[in-house]
This record gives sequence, C-alpha cells and structure tokens, in this order.
Amino acid sequence: MSQSLIDLLRTVKPTAIVGSSVAAGDATVIVVREQLLDVMTFLRDDPRCRMDVLIDVTAVDYSEYDPALRHAVTPLDAGNSAGLPRFEVVYHLLSMPHRQRIRVKVALPDDDCHVQTMCSLWISANWGEREAYDMFGVQFDGHPDLRRVLMYEEFVGHPLRKDFAQRGYQPLVPMPNLADYADNEIYR
Amino acid sequence: MTMTASQKLTQIRSELRTEEAEIINDKMIINMGPSHPATHGTVKFVLTLDGETVDDVDITIGYLHRGFEKMAEAGTWQQVLPYTDRLNYVSPLINNVGYVGAVEKLWGVEITPRAKYIRMLISELSRMTDHLTSIAAGALELGGFTPFLYGVEAREALYPLVEELTGARLTTSYTRIGGLAKDIPDGYEQHMNTALAHVEGLMIKVDKLLTKNRIFYDRMMHTGVLSQEDAISSGCTGVMLRCTGVDWDLRKHQPYLAYDELDFDVIVGSRGDNYDRYLCRMEELGQSVKMIRQIFKQMPKGPINVGDWKVCLPPKDAVYNSIEGMIAHFKLVTEGHQVPPGEAYFAVEGGNGEVGFHVVSQGNGRPYRVKVRPPCFYAMGILKKMLVGHMLADIIPTFDTLNMIGGEVDR
Repeated sequence: MSQSLIDLLRTVKPTAIVGSSVAAGDATVIVVREQLLDVMTFLRDDPRCRMDVLIDVTAVDYSEYDPALRHAVTPLDAGNSAGLPRFEVVYHLLSMPHRQRIRVKVALPDDDCHVQTMCSLWISANWGEREAYDMFGVQFDGHPDLRRVLMYEEFVGHPLRKDFAQRGYQPLVPMPNLADYADNEIYR
Repeated sequence: MTMTASQKLTQIRSELRTEEAEIINDKMIINMGPSHPATHGTVKFVLTLDGETVDDVDITIGYLHRGFEKMAEAGTWQQVLPYTDRLNYVSPLINNVGYVGAVEKLWGVEITPRAKYIRMLISELSRMTDHLTSIAAGALELGGFTPFLYGVEAREALYPLVEELTGARLTTSYTRIGGLAKDIPDGYEQHMNTALAHVEGLMIKVDKLLTKNRIFYDRMMHTGVLSQEDAISSGCTGVMLRCTGVDWDLRKHQPYLAYDELDFDVIVGSRGDNYDRYLCRMEELGQSVKMIRQIFKQMPKGPINVGDWKVCLPPKDAVYNSIEGMIAHFKLVTEGHQVPPGEAYFAVEGGNGEVGFHVVSQGNGRPYRVKVRPPCFYAMGILKKMLVGHMLADIIPTFDTLNMIGGEVDR
C-alpha cells in the first residue's frame, strides 16, 4: 500500500521526486525543494492521497552522519547528482480516510537553508515550522510568524545542530528598559 | 441659557457615553502566567483585553524546556528511556511504550505476546491517571474542590499499582527494548480489581457532582469550541480531535500492540466544546477499566523478553554461569543496542493524543536523532483561535480540557 502511493507520486510528479523507499514499514519520498508546495498540495487534495493531517514537522542535521551509510536515511535514486546536503526537513503526513502515512523529506544545503512554508495548507505547519526554525535555523519562506517557540528570543544559536555543544553557557539577557514600555502607547 | 430638565439629562447621558467609550476603547494588556493558580501547566499568556473579551493572545511555551532531544543524542538507546518518563509526567508508561516501540520498529524486533499485553495494560493504567488528573484539576480550577479530591483519590488508588509493578510512581522506566523490565507480580490482578472497583465508585461520585452541576455546565458548555476542520488541520489528536466528531483513535484505526484483539469503543463528541471533552474523558475512563479487565482475562503466558541476547539482556543465570551470557551482557551495556542505520516513526495513542517518536540511527549503538511528537504542542498551536473573541473567564476551562503537559510540550 505504501509502495502504491509512491508509484502514484512518481507518475504524477515525475520531476519532483528524487528518491523514495519503503523501510521499517514507513514510506518515504524525497522531494526537490522548488516543487515541495506543489507535491504537498497534491498529497493533501488528491482523492487517492487525502493526507489531511500534517502530523509533525522536524529537521535532521546530517553533518556527523557517516556518508557511506546515508543511503539508509536518504534513499536517492541512482544517478541523482544532487549530493547529500547537511539538513533535511522531515514532514510526517497522515491520511485518516485511507489510514495511511507518508514521510516527505526535502534536503537543504548548509549555506542556503530555506524552504517554502506549508502554513497555507495546514495550520499545524505554523508551530511545527517555528520549532524547526528554533532548533535548526531552517528558514521557512512566507511563514507568518517565524519566531522561536521553545527557546527565548535572546537565545544564541540553534541547539539541535550537531555543532552546538552539549554543555555551555548563554549570554545574560539584559533587563528590559522600562522606558520603552512607557513610550508604548498601549501602556500610557 | 437655561436648559430644561430633559435637555440636561440628554447632555449628561451623552457625556457619560463618551467617557464610557473611552474606557471601552482602552485595551488592557494582562500577563497570565507562567505560573498561575488557575492553570495547571507552565505557560504564559499575554492577553490583550477589550473589557472582558480577549482581543488577542500571545502564547509562550518553553518554560520546562530541558533539551530532551539533545540529551538523547548523548547516550545509548536504552539510556534515553528514563528521559521519556519526564515527557508526559502523568502518564509516563505510555511514553516508555512509545519510545521502545519506535526503536523496535526500526530494528524489526517482534516482541512476545505477553509483553504486548502487559504494555497495553500499563498504557491503559496510565491513560486513567492522565484523564483523572485532567478532570480533577479542571474541576478544582472551576471551584469544585470536592471532585478534585475524589479524582486525586482515584489516582492515588492507581499509583500504588504502578509502584508495585515498576518500583516508582512516576519515574517508571519500565519498558526495555525487546521486552519489559520485569513480569507482573503475584496477586496483581486482585490488587487491580480492588483498585478499579474503588475508582469506579469515585467516578460515580465525580459524575454526580460535576456532570449536571449548573455552574460547571454553564462554564463548560459552548465554551472553547473547536471546529472539525480546524482540529484536523491543526494536527489535534486524541480527545481534542474526537470531541469534534472525528472517529479517529490509533488503538482502533491503526492498531499497535494487540489492541485489535480487545473489544472497546471509540468515544466521539459532537460539539467540540469543553463539555464534550470532559464527557469524552469520563467515558474513556470507563473504556479503560473495561479494557484492563479484558487484558487480564486474555493475557497469554510465556516469556516477556525476546530470546535474542543482542536485543535483550540475557537472564542473570546465564550471565554468571556462562561465557556467552557474560559477553552478551557486557557488550549490550557498554556498546549499546546495535540498531541498524535508518529511520522510523512510531506513534501510540497517549492520554492527550498521538505521541510519536521519530528515531534516526547511524548503527553505532547511539541514537542519531530522537524527535518526539507531543500531542499538546499542536493543540497549543490552535489554542489562540479558541480563545480570541471569547471571555477572559473561558480561558480557564479551555486550557484545562486541552490538558497541556509542560514536560511534553517543552521537552
């Protein structure tokens, strides 16, 4: 059943899918960044897919992953020369009518780490993408409210990147200037 | 110029109206939380109030952030397990089951039938403590102290059973990759039946005090309404989704463990308001009691751990008396579980909805990445829409029935 969904995607969007696998009971497709919104819209709206829930959004930093083993997690098609970029944004979708799940991944290089937001398709993309931004520094283009969600605003760095140390100190946050509040018309 | 009495009255009225208008136009900002006596859960609301109506709200989470996912990358696969106790700390056993389930899915380990049944037993036990906490604390926050005490007493009847089984009330760490820490003790079924009978008696009392209570009813009915489209689109699961009329329960519709062998109903609401969520929880408690009784009836005999020493620790007898057992034990403890490279996502039905674990392995005995999908996180994302335009006082029951658990949302 998972394989048939992948086959469908490959037939309908042949240029968008650059890799796929069915491993450990999960279907995975790798989508090129430029066509992600297109593929996601298809997955949500097509009666054969009906992925009505975006279960989770996250990212993975593969900078310390063994390149020889990358095919296990990034099953690119043979002959694909896209390389193995550092980040992957991972979307888990669920179709309640078809009782089916799929994992959609998009690879992002370190120096150009942004992808289109999915907020126009699912409300859950809002907070999910905020978390991926907070933890990994992935930029989501067109996101209405891309702020940190778990960490505080003044936090330096993105903690789940592999180059972020397990132990360390953060700079002290200065006291807010009360005069700024006094100038705000809403407090006057 | 003299004014007639009626002209004077008109003038006074118009002046008053202007003043009134100024007061009404003056919006007030209130910080509610992070620690507020009428909420359970550490969260900050920055409310913009128009009179008593919520005009805008900014919800800030993250006060209990401990870096669970970062810590998980530092140890072996088994060392992550104690951290999962602290995710949803009112139903830690469900998190234990979910995490090891994800690792076993990635590894392709099939656990024994008895382990499946015990895992279902502890899941249902935890679901009861979770729902009881939500109902009891919610009643307290709306002023009902007695139902709170009944609810907590019921929970206290169940915690000794968790303790008897795992050795701890909250920090259980009971599951193991490929099995469980230990089998259920002698006489456990009898203790369980006594406790369940006690809990059922208390639930009748809570039901009598709350369900038709005028104050409780008025504050819960038609407040915090969530539409079906919003619930689906915002990734709400569990009671939050079912209260809007969506028939979706992972135990029924994507059965894991041996849930397809049990007979139970999925409780579905219709209005999507606070009262529906309360009723759903009350009914699910009854379903859990029913399931626990079935589990004891149907529980198969046999081992609780898989026999493969690469997955589960060998029995102590083999460790002390054979070289193979000793080596297997040593390698498993020092090098960790040799989970093959790859990734998997596994979800269980938690107290508040779908608790999912996305695990990535590099094959070196340590998790490369563990991502938790907390149900409350996405429910908190839609909370703003449920609050804006409604009364300030509605925040309390709405936030309560959403049942945010700080440990799970903030990780």
